[in-house]
Amino acid sequence: MNFKRLTKKTEFYIAVIILAFCLLVQVRSGQFFTGNNIVDLLRSMTIPMMFCVGEMMVLISGGVDCSFPAIASLSMYFVCTKMDGMFDNPLPYFLVAMLLGLCMGAVNGFIVAKFKFPAMIVTLGTSSLFLGIMQGILGSSEYPLTSGLYSLGSTKLLTAVNAKSGLTSDLPVHFAFMIILVILAWLLMNKTMLGRAIYAVGGDEVAAARAGFHVFGTRMFIFCLSGALAGFIGVCRSSMLLTVSPNNMIGMEMDVIAACVLGGVSLIGGRGGIVGAVLGTALMTIVSNSLILLGVSTQWSRVFTGLIIIVGTAVSAIQEQQRKKKLFVTISDKAEVKG
Amino acid sequence: MSENIIKITGVKKYFGGVKALDGVDLVIKKGEVHCLAGENGCGKSTIINVISGFYTPDAGTIEIDGKEYSKLTTQMAIDAGVQVIYQDLSVFPNLTVRENLALNMEVASGKKFVSKKRFQEIALEAISKINFKADLDEMVENLTVADKQLIAISRALLNNAKLIIMDEPTTAITQKEVKNLFRVIRDLQKQGIAILFVSHKLDEVFEIAEHFTIFRSGKNVFSGRTEELDEQKFTYYMTGREIQEEAFRYEKRPDAKTVLEVRDLSLANGFADCSFSLKEGEILGITGLLGSGRTELAETIFGYHKADSGEILIHGKKVEIGSVKDGIANGIGYVPPERNVQGLFMEQSIADNISITRWKDHADRLGFVNEKSIEDSVAHWVKELSIKINDPQDNMKTLSGGNAQKCVLAKWLSLDLKVLILNGPTVGVDIGAKYDIYKLTKKLAENGLAVIIISDDIREVLSNCNRVLVMRQGRLAEERMTSELDEASLSALSVE
Repeated sequence: MNFKRLTKKTEFYIAVIILAFCLLVQVRSGQFFTGNNIVDLLRSMTIPMMFCVGEMMVLISGGVDCSFPAIASLSMYFVCTKMDGMFDNPLPYFLVAMLLGLCMGAVNGFIVAKFKFPAMIVTLGTSSLFLGIMQGILGSSEYPLTSGLYSLGSTKLLTAVNAKSGLTSDLPVHFAFMIILVILAWLLMNKTMLGRAIYAVGGDEVAAARAGFHVFGTRMFIFCLSGALAGFIGVCRSSMLLTVSPNNMIGMEMDVIAACVLGGVSLIGGRGGIVGAVLGTALMTIVSNSLILLGVSTQWSRVFTGLIIIVGTAVSAIQEQQRKKKLFVTISDKAEVKG
Repeated sequence: MSENIIKITGVKKYFGGVKALDGVDLVIKKGEVHCLAGENGCGKSTIINVISGFYTPDAGTIEIDGKEYSKLTTQMAIDAGVQVIYQDLSVFPNLTVRENLALNMEVASGKKFVSKKRFQEIALEAISKINFKADLDEMVENLTVADKQLIAISRALLNNAKLIIMDEPTTAITQKEVKNLFRVIRDLQKQGIAILFVSHKLDEVFEIAEHFTIFRSGKNVFSGRTEELDEQKFTYYMTGREIQEEAFRYEKRPDAKTVLEVRDLSLANGFADCSFSLKEGEILGITGLLGSGRTELAETIFGYHKADSGEILIHGKKVEIGSVKDGIANGIGYVPPERNVQGLFMEQSIADNISITRWKDHADRLGFVNEKSIEDSVAHWVKELSIKINDPQDNMKTLSGGNAQKCVLAKWLSLDLKVLILNGPTVGVDIGAKYDIYKLTKKLAENGLAVIIISDDIREVLSNCNRVLVMRQGRLAEERMTSELDEASLSALSVE
């Protein structure tokens, strides 16, 4: 019974596809299951995975946040340039960036929760606004990374060496941050009443209000959390790259939303979970990074991620449609005589 | 301690200039099944919201269990034992049965963390109160409406309910499920719980309720015991007009042609070997329990599903119906049971909804839509079907159930139909509008249209159809003339 239920889940299919794809690459190139390739993959998924965690929670609450790359960029750029050299410890940079992100997220949350405007339009608007502040008022351009963050960025968890080619790959400390974040998000979504409130609000707002959940508060919380996370991730990104590159994260929102949807997180809210979001991001990263091992030029990587998004989301959409159109009449065997 | 669980005296509630409640009284005794009836807009929902503490009345007093409340809040109402089961049931489709049962309690007790053990205990306690067997791990979206309702009821009972208000509890469930619901209600009554049953399904309220209160336009028009009422009086109190229901008298004409013939039609998991024919001017009823295949059969004739085998003939000619487009092209119209979802675009204008099936006829050669032509056609149908609207450009969702249903009919009638299939045509429709729809259907049949009514409302089938097919487990089990049947015999046929 439990296994049957498992096979009905999107997460299950994504996991199977990931496994099949990894094996395919391994068979074709013999290079997939090597230490440096795995470490490379884990490193490339670190930032998208963290973004995905935030986006997943917003999506489940019935909203969507398109402004997180802008929030991440602006808070990161602000702390890295205005607080350059002020601290040797990286912690204050993270804290200030998270605070800035939280404020920007609160703007999103307030407009969405108070006036009930569509979250997508609101966050596209604020996204423009935040980027405008960074590019116009702060006059953003490439900038050297402050020393406190530089040392953090150079901290490695481990280094993998490919025995054949001699190539090495480092796993940055940010990977550990990502793992902690995923665990915390899992605990929040599954083990706290706040997590249940997020699911309840995303499932049926009116029912949630009648059940005594604080709908406005839950929405505010979600957007503030997403903003604060974005600030944190922005600083992670610059310290991983060892430079302040303000335009580097712009445009990530669509891939992140797509990865969530791919992993079974519903755009209308209430459905999905952390496991799906993680698997969705993993699949997208693995495909776009492994094409080269299959002998496909990296210029094609966008085409393939595009195809994955379309096919992957279409499969779950079709499943849903079929589920709705499915008939359940039990037909009796005997042909009865009419009265 | 008082013998009344609730006593409402002279309650008034205004919204702007509209008097939603204009000094109403309502008294419910402990352990009583009380029916509140009235047409849409009579103030039923408003009084529910007053009792649940959601609205503060502008005048009047509320007494719960002998205690007078000057300012009743929702929490006070819950603490006093008032529970409302809303029409939409307020369940979470995306969560499991267990979570749905336990969440409200856990929120109320201010818990911060989820404990599966506690959830399990609460859920088991809840379902044990009404002996409801449910798979606690199932997602609620996969359940039938009747099961969702039982979840809402068992959840309400957790809060030591003394009065349960059920808003239109029988609109979306089948007769068999209604019987089960009534069993549950009688059980609750034995435990001393009072039920306020809000409905306008005649046969049901007469069966279950001991006491009636009827509202019209925000005022009391009747309050008394069930024995003091009969159907005639009830309809009069509800609508304020005398309505004489006339049974459909089908005049068999020797020259009437067979319009639709279905031969050995089968669809996997839908129905098997269905054969019947339909002459012009006939109204054919198809009845059976939910899950008997009646809806699937209708949807297949319309082209929503494609039959696996068998033939459909229109005017004696075999036709291929593999899609809705084919169905419409062959002159078949279908009014679905969930009109809000399947039959109408609720967010669009009334005019667009009525003209949607005929866009092409309203467009000029370049494909631009001619607004004047739409206006004319909408004006025609609004008059023809006496649809009550303010402005054709208003949103569809501003209309009541009866008027919305008339719009669905208008949409189809503006096409040149040969067969009209009505599936549950008066579900959620006021009595007044219901008779309008019946009258209209009969008129259409008299003008030569072949009509199929699919319904589990026995009374509706008997008074509107000349012939009835009964479906059981995906097969046509009986074919009878309605003149040989009465309510009891037809009811027995469908559950046999």
